Amino acid sequence: MSLIKHHKLLETNVFLLVLGIFVTVAVGGLVEIVPLFSIKSTIENVQGVRPYTPLELAGRDIYVREGCYNCHSQMVRPFRDEIERYGHYSLAAESKFDHPFQWGSKRTGPDLARVGGKYSNEWHVRHLIDPRSVVPESIMPGYPHLAARPLDYATIDAHMKTLDLVGRGETYTPIDGAIENAVADLEAQATPDADTEALVARYSDFAYGPDRAEDQVTTMALGDLDGNPDVITEMDAMVAYLQVLGTMVDFTDVDETRKADWIR
Amino acid sequence: MAHGAAQGARADGTFYVEGPVRLFVLASVFWGIIGFTVGDVIAWQLAFPALNLDLPWTTFGRLRPLHTSAVIFAFGGNVLFATSLYVVQRTCRARLYGGDGLGYIVFWGYQIFIVIAALGYVTGATQGKEYAEPEWYADLFLTVVWVLYMAAFIGTILKRREPHIYVANWFFLAFMVTIALLHLGNNMAVPVALMGGDSWTKSYGLLSGVQDAMTQWWYGHNAVGFFLTAGFLAIMYYFVPKQANRPVYSYRLSIVHFWALIFLYIWAGPHHLHYTALPDWAQTLGMVFSVMLWMPSWGGMINGLMTLSGAWDKLRTDPVLRFLVVSVGFYGMSTFEGPMMSLKAVNSLSHYTDWTVGHVHSGALGWVAFISFGALYFMVPALWKRKSLYSLKLVSLHFWIATLGIVLYITAMWVSGIMQGLMWRAYDDLGFLQYSFIESVEAMHPYYIIRATGGVLFIIGALIMAYNFYRTIKGDVAEGAQDSVPATGAAVGAQG
Repeated sequence: MSLIKHHKLLETNVFLLVLGIFVTVAVGGLVEIVPLFSIKSTIENVQGVRPYTPLELAGRDIYVREGCYNCHSQMVRPFRDEIERYGHYSLAAESKFDHPFQWGSKRTGPDLARVGGKYSNEWHVRHLIDPRSVVPESIMPGYPHLAARPLDYATIDAHMKTLDLVGRGETYTPIDGAIENAVADLEAQATPDADTEALVARYSDFAYGPDRAEDQVTTMALGDLDGNPDVITEMDAMVAYLQVLGTMVDFTDVDETRKADWIR
Repeated sequence: MAHGAAQGARADGTFYVEGPVRLFVLASVFWGIIGFTVGDVIAWQLAFPALNLDLPWTTFGRLRPLHTSAVIFAFGGNVLFATSLYVVQRTCRARLYGGDGLGYIVFWGYQIFIVIAALGYVTGATQGKEYAEPEWYADLFLTVVWVLYMAAFIGTILKRREPHIYVANWFFLAFMVTIALLHLGNNMAVPVALMGGDSWTKSYGLLSGVQDAMTQWWYGHNAVGFFLTAGFLAIMYYFVPKQANRPVYSYRLSIVHFWALIFLYIWAGPHHLHYTALPDWAQTLGMVFSVMLWMPSWGGMINGLMTLSGAWDKLRTDPVLRFLVVSVGFYGMSTFEGPMMSLKAVNSLSHYTDWTVGHVHSGALGWVAFISFGALYFMVPALWKRKSLYSLKLVSLHFWIATLGIVLYITAMWVSGIMQGLMWRAYDDLGFLQYSFIESVEAMHPYYIIRATGGVLFIIGALIMAYNFYRTIKGDVAEGAQDSVPATGAAVGAQG
């Protein structure tokens, strides 16, 4: 076969061989990745999704740090059993501010995409400190150190600036005062009886637009989340993050047709 | 080859750069045992959660990346460095470009990368993307090491005294070029320290959500495709013909399956994202290409197995060849299982379950580790100029213990994985979900014990190998070891 004969050309010239390999392996990635940036329907147009508040962001950093994704997915598939077990199937829009995405690949523990609001703050605290105290059959590690460690949030604004940069200025720049008030917002969210009006308004304005109706307020866990009002701990941040997971989108307006044919 | 059929004056063994290759061989054994052990520790943690110790740096979430990186990048990586630098010199009849110096720089550079990455995992510095956990500083460091490695390898090919580039080297080139591309593509990140953050380790990736997911699995699946497949196929193409003393079955098949394999593999990533928020068109592409991938994968398997035509009897007497050939068999099995699991209907059951873990390990233990063991058993006597291994009986013992371990591992995971999938979707007569999630966790317990026991056997096998190498390098020969089987590695310097 002549094609095989011409292969000699590649077999005797390492530059041609490397070039051939490079071109061959580049194709698939280009076809599958590039259109995801340009096709508009890739990310649904839904209301309510907003960037994380400083406290939630600090919690998310801890979630990543502890490697929670090794056992917990954050991606509900559009199957009847998953929807009944976890809630509405996940939308691409719900993780558009997630650097990195945490969809996961294994459910040694349950999916967490919609864990927000399902359990009380106290439950989460007890569960994270000693999982088997609330779920005797659980095989999750305990994370008592989260409750013991004060949260390091002095430069949380730098984290937000970085996210804004990688988000091409569409993350925190559109939220008036988010970065300037990062530390104050974080403290307000985790302190009982603090003035949280500005914090909630800022993030609600982003979620629903500045002309939002009065009842269009974004969900946010407020107050002393870890049962220790004296100090803001890593546990406060973790609970704030877990409690907001999957609660941002108001599904009454979502177009359900896209993946309805998968539901069985 | 049985008696060192080396050609010409190069047979003195000093012609080739061997010091760094020896170190890579030793590092392979060292990291292999560490990686297998950490894997087994976390396997026991799933059966007995108290073993997490509730300390930050010993939890499953931090140790699992340590395990995956240790076995893939530390064990597998060192095997790939050792074999590629061993093979390229011999098949090109040329000394390594850059000599001992560059070889040692690449060696120590890579070991430092491993240690930096591992320290990050246990202290919580991670990018949070599977198999791409090392943070930005480790990624940058690895990039430098990789460039030096490619320079040494390609430089040697440029100096070759053979007109053709041997097929094993095509696969090594595909492995190193593609890994470079994937590494750069999936690790683009901005450290928070640049914006005034007080953590110098933390960074945020350039991509988010669905685009990040697609890019991650473009990377993740092709870490399998190019690190754990193309690189190890290169090992097959050199060491199986050498050990069997037979030419590669089909030159034409090697050309066709090489290009088909590397073209198709890249597309298969989205099968890790079936039924997620990734658009349907991408999922379908991923599934179709995964199924097509079955063919070139089996092309490689056929080329490897058929190389034994006329030499099958050697399997009875040569346990090193047995490792090499059985690994190709496992390769064939897992490259059938993979396309099957990429079918959306199958994936809807298997995804998120232990079935995936079992699939990965039939490839990782059966294919990658077994072909590595075969190549290491070949190289140790050759590199240390010993007539033979210390004991072939111990090789045989290693083989059977490890095989038993793999069988326990993957059968336990098949049962537990399919059971999990079925329990999650089970409904009772009244139309309610039959099981709570925690009931499925409880049901896994016996299988987690069986799996971890299989892991213990696999580690014992690796320890036997380490002992065999220690005695071989020391110059010992077990009584009667030389009688039954031809010495394997004594042939130094014959071309591929």
